[in-house]
Amino acid sequence: MKTKLTTLALGAVMAAGPAMADLVFPSLSYRTGPYAAGGIPFADGYADYFTLLNERDGGIGGVMTSVPECETGYNTEKGVECYEATKGEGALVYQPLSTGITYQLIPKATADDIPIHSMGYGRTSAKNGDVFSHVFNYPANYWDGASGAVNYLLDENGGDLNGKKIALVYHNSAYGKEPIRTLEELSEKHGFELVALPVDHPGQEQKSQWLQIRRDKPDYVLMWGWGVMNQVAVQEAANIRFPMENFIGIWWSGAEHDVTPAGDAANGYKALTFHNVGTDFPVFDDIQKYVVDTGKAAGAGDQVGTVLYNRGLYAAMLAAEAAKKAQEIHGTAEITPAQMRDGMEALEITEAKMAELGLPNFGPTFSVNCQNHGGDALVGVTQWDAASKTWSMISDFKPTDGDVIGPLIDADSSAYAGENNISPNC
Amino acid sequence: MFYREAGDFKISYQQDSQTFPIRFDRYRYYVVLAVAFGVVPFLINDYWANAILLPFLIYAIAAIGLNILTGYCGQVSLGTGGFMAVGAYACYKLMTAFPDVSMFIHVILAGGITAIVGVLFGLPSLRIKGFYLAVATLAAQFFLVWLFNRVPWFYNYSASGQINSPERDVFGIIITGPNAPAWATYLFCLIFLSVCALIARNLTRGTIGRSWMAIRDMDIAAEIIGVNPLKAKLTAFAVSSFFVGISGALFFAIYLGAVEVGEVFGIQKSFLVLFMVIIGGLGSIFGSFAGAAFLVLLPVVLKVLGADMLGWPTDIVAHLQLVIVGALIILFLILEPHGLAQLWRVAKEKLRLWPFPH
Repeated sequence: MKTKLTTLALGAVMAAGPAMADLVFPSLSYRTGPYAAGGIPFADGYADYFTLLNERDGGIGGVMTSVPECETGYNTEKGVECYEATKGEGALVYQPLSTGITYQLIPKATADDIPIHSMGYGRTSAKNGDVFSHVFNYPANYWDGASGAVNYLLDENGGDLNGKKIALVYHNSAYGKEPIRTLEELSEKHGFELVALPVDHPGQEQKSQWLQIRRDKPDYVLMWGWGVMNQVAVQEAANIRFPMENFIGIWWSGAEHDVTPAGDAANGYKALTFHNVGTDFPVFDDIQKYVVDTGKAAGAGDQVGTVLYNRGLYAAMLAAEAAKKAQEIHGTAEITPAQMRDGMEALEITEAKMAELGLPNFGPTFSVNCQNHGGDALVGVTQWDAASKTWSMISDFKPTDGDVIGPLIDADSSAYAGENNISPNC
Repeated sequence: MFYREAGDFKISYQQDSQTFPIRFDRYRYYVVLAVAFGVVPFLINDYWANAILLPFLIYAIAAIGLNILTGYCGQVSLGTGGFMAVGAYACYKLMTAFPDVSMFIHVILAGGITAIVGVLFGLPSLRIKGFYLAVATLAAQFFLVWLFNRVPWFYNYSASGQINSPERDVFGIIITGPNAPAWATYLFCLIFLSVCALIARNLTRGTIGRSWMAIRDMDIAAEIIGVNPLKAKLTAFAVSSFFVGISGALFFAIYLGAVEVGEVFGIQKSFLVLFMVIIGGLGSIFGSFAGAAFLVLLPVVLKVLGADMLGWPTDIVAHLQLVIVGALIILFLILEPHGLAQLWRVAKEKLRLWPFPH
């Protein structure tokens, strides 16, 4: 008890830190643990874009940005600690990069009037802005991913998946279970058979799942994996000589570090995406000039241009654009989290805007409004070339099956609204 | 000087057998209670509640529960995480099925349900001991987590398999969900911890506690002098699981608010609580508090020191934390195998003679 009180006093001194006048974009990153391989490049990209804005443009609208990092280790308890520790600093938006932590933060952040941007993860039905006033998941969500994968397979098969067998290898958690409901609906609609194969955290043990795939011989395998699970799955698929071009991962299962351990055997592996890959964009010249060459790059600085670095960059770009929008709407440079939320809700990403930012055709064009917090749900496909060690887009951003996803989102979000007595926001 | 028995006369049996026989100890205990109930709720903010005090209070309940089983009755258990999950899911099902019933009742019922499950998984302890029992409880851990992942009824058929605690109140004060004030959640957990600690302390001093300790020290001898091993072992499992279930229910409903069983109540949680009990001190209620405080506070203090004050990279701090916690555990096991509670006892012995030791 005595030690508790001493530390209580110690911490009270620490908690009363200096109030910052910057625009604060906390980064709940994870550079340790079984998911670090994915967490590091994302955190680096997120931080580097804000460093670029500070160095090149003098911040956003004349106000410098700061990106305090807090290590979560993909652990929900630490995520809560990080949230509570950083929210007092005037945090504008949270991007926890973890579906588990997002679920924790949805009610907390809504009560604290701070927006969350769960880009391509988190709770899918948060797309319904009527119910989830402070949660945004543009430009695409898991159900769009599931539908995008099925649409891609439909294209491959001349529009007919009847009688085909599709296996889903998924991380046995809230994250991995998300697409099942949509895939079940789609299997009914298109007549394919769905086999769901759960893999437990952290995902190093997949022998039995791939043995089952070898026995059942599905035509296609979809994967909802993250961290070390991806590398193991690609290796196991190579071991049973599953044709890689029939193996499609979600966007969290399609980075360089996922496929390089399997070497040439991973050639042809595909993954979904909602942003472009590579460094062939003008903004990377600026990053080289203002961030890397000046020694200000986050982390080891060796991740520039990898898939997840680009995703972190994209997330930061969307956050910065929303902040600009908020400054424009409210006519003040020093915005509050509530104003940031308004900016996110009015966000519109056009081709012209991306070109202006040095990111032409980097992501899909979309707009956000009060009802729709999820954008226009356009999903592309990338493929791995083991010889040149590069990912390349093989299918441009295409629309997904809103007829199936729409009613599911309505059902899930209205169930949430009913459980928590939420009245419509719009 | 202050801490001594001299002059502290006992004139009744009650006074002679009270928990804190030394006056100074007794006053210190009252002061701690008064501060915890009367002062902290007025100073508390969200950060203190959610990052430090709630986890401390809840882990302390779990550690008391495991200490009864492992420390007092000598039955090694690696199933704590699984039993906490039972408490959490029981609480969730009760909260959603009976929204109008008070949270106090739900949490206590969740503890009761966990006690029944604990007794079921305690049955093998009648035939197997030591490492073999540890493996049997490990099976409970994995089975329970698998069960809550597998059967959709437990999570009310939600798409993600997560359970979310809806907003509930006690006497009109919101106690769960995002709008609950920090002081209310803190007090709610503090009440449970105080009552649990009181019950545990008095159980362990009474007949049941003595039969547990007899079984722990030598089960054959205990049987010969008339201790019923069936009753002793199963009551230990029941009482321990009851406390662990309460902690699981609070962990889910009050502290986290949304839980995914594999991540939150996995095997690492069982080990964490076991480390708390070992570092704090086996067979000591105070040790459960000390161990929980140590393992909850240490990572936060290291993080604040390393990342916030010294400005080191967060990954270095996170790795250092693993190194330091690991090293401290080994140091404790070598230098003070009886844990923090033993350090406390030694300090008290020294204080009795201070300032004139022989």
